[in-house]
Amino acid sequence: MEKNVTLQHMLKRTTFLPVFSTRSMHTNRWLERILAFVFLAPSLLLFSIFLFYPLLKSVYLSMNLTDPRGRVVQYVGLRNFTDLLTSELFYKSITVTLSFILLTVPTGIILSLILAWLAQTRLRGIHLFRFIFSLPMAISVGTGSIIWMVLYHPTLGTLNYFLSLLHIAPINWLSDPNWALFSVALMTVWMNLGFQFIVLLSGMQGVSEDIYDSAQIDGAGPLKTFFKLTLPLITPSIFFVTVVSMIGAFQSFGQINILTKGGPMNSTNVMVFNIYQDAFMNYRFGTGSAQALILFFIVLILTLIQFKVLEKKVHYQ
Amino acid sequence: MIMNRMNKGLLYFVLLIASCLILFPLLYTLSSSFMTNGESATYPPRMLPSHLNWDNYMNVIQTIPVMRFIGNSFIVSTLIMIGQIVTASTAAYAFAFLRFPGKTFLFALFLATMMIPWEVIMIPNYLTIKNWNLLDSYTGLIIPFVASAFGTFLLRQSFLQLPGELFEAARIDGCGHIRIFLSLVLPLSTPAIATLGVYSFLNHWNMYLWPLLITNKEEMRTVQIGISMLQFEEMTSWNLVLAGVVTVLIPSLLLLVLGLKPLVRGITAGALKG
Repeated sequence: MEKNVTLQHMLKRTTFLPVFSTRSMHTNRWLERILAFVFLAPSLLLFSIFLFYPLLKSVYLSMNLTDPRGRVVQYVGLRNFTDLLTSELFYKSITVTLSFILLTVPTGIILSLILAWLAQTRLRGIHLFRFIFSLPMAISVGTGSIIWMVLYHPTLGTLNYFLSLLHIAPINWLSDPNWALFSVALMTVWMNLGFQFIVLLSGMQGVSEDIYDSAQIDGAGPLKTFFKLTLPLITPSIFFVTVVSMIGAFQSFGQINILTKGGPMNSTNVMVFNIYQDAFMNYRFGTGSAQALILFFIVLILTLIQFKVLEKKVHYQ
Repeated sequence: MIMNRMNKGLLYFVLLIASCLILFPLLYTLSSSFMTNGESATYPPRMLPSHLNWDNYMNVIQTIPVMRFIGNSFIVSTLIMIGQIVTASTAAYAFAFLRFPGKTFLFALFLATMMIPWEVIMIPNYLTIKNWNLLDSYTGLIIPFVASAFGTFLLRQSFLQLPGELFEAARIDGCGHIRIFLSLVLPLSTPAIATLGVYSFLNHWNMYLWPLLITNKEEMRTVQIGISMLQFEEMTSWNLVLAGVVTVLIPSLLLLVLGLKPLVRGITAGALKG
């Protein structure tokens, strides 16, 4: 695809390039190359310093022990990795991360699918509802977490008050190891709803009206239309939202640092929080980097699997 | 017809319930920010303040450098946004219209950078910034984010959709690449540039982990760090904290109102590409 585009462009270009003489052609080509280099240089320079070099440095650090200032003191080979693979805390952080993903991604997508389906109807004032549903997008981890911290307060919080109205005993949302991950996930679902809603709604709006009209003529009810028509037709959007949300869930950090600090009893100790703690609280940059690399490979493999498996099932209109 | 009206009513009802659930945390925040200390600490919790009490806002602005936080975030996000627009638009022009060896490889390299999660490289980046003595500086907050592979990709797509005849005409008029870039491609691609701008501004306004690592001094904190530090210092009086939250939310909400359209356009571009 990509090759086709550039090829077409090249062909198009050569047909109208004024050809005066071989020499000017030559200098022209060189000028173009120099310009390309100048245009690409800022990005390439920044990527080299802040992406490629750090990636290599991570590999290097992961095989060493460092002092608190980040200077390498001892080469240890793969010991950081073998230490990790035998550490219970590391496995805990992986299972916590996976549970967190399971709690947030499917729930979020199902909820936003329902919202998008409700909001695609042409009713008076529907734009207001659409705006409300996309509002959480403006809320950052920092502010969102503070708001929910207040709501989750064990004695004075509104959530426990609502439970008491239903005669349910108060829950220690953030300090009960059985509830903490759920609570963080609930807040995360709320926070991500705006983005997921927008993607799915624009996916649904991309489906042409004619298809719905003919479905109506065929006498299909709204539920049948949704499952048999809308859902298959917006698989590209669902696919995109799933990939982005999963990668985002893997990278969650802010809400955990603010709400629970990985606790209680490591029940919310997700991978990025564990890396943060190892590297920036305990100054073990070596093991921190080793974990970061493992995270990188998990995310990479997941992305590739998702693209391979889901791409086949994705229906492009 | 009657059935239809009932359906409509039901639909409005469901939409209303969903809106209430989504808005509740925000409305509660807004309402608490107007409560007095006593009102915010009562049980059962009050849902509405007895009157609009602006003292919390005065207090927040006087006791906590919220305005400084907002200013910091504004400087950082704006400069990152401008930087990304400049680097991404030039790189996108090179990928879209210039011929040079290794183009396919470089483009693949750009795309591959999108696969690297930021958290994976934060340790070396932190060490770099620390070695350069840029902790607690705007430069340290800004510079790692100035190049954007996503932005390059987005703008390249939009550049390629510009009609080829325009370039032919410009070429015949004797325009060089720089003229074409500045006076033809850039002005014609303002929608895509606006998308990148809003996206990048909002993203970096909401950035949390990097400023947390890089800043120690209170006067260098960005909004997100400043507001979450508030929690530890002032957790005794929520009304105050929540007034701070509302103050900080206002700019993001304004941006969402103004930038929703270009933002949606950008997200959709990503979704369609798949």
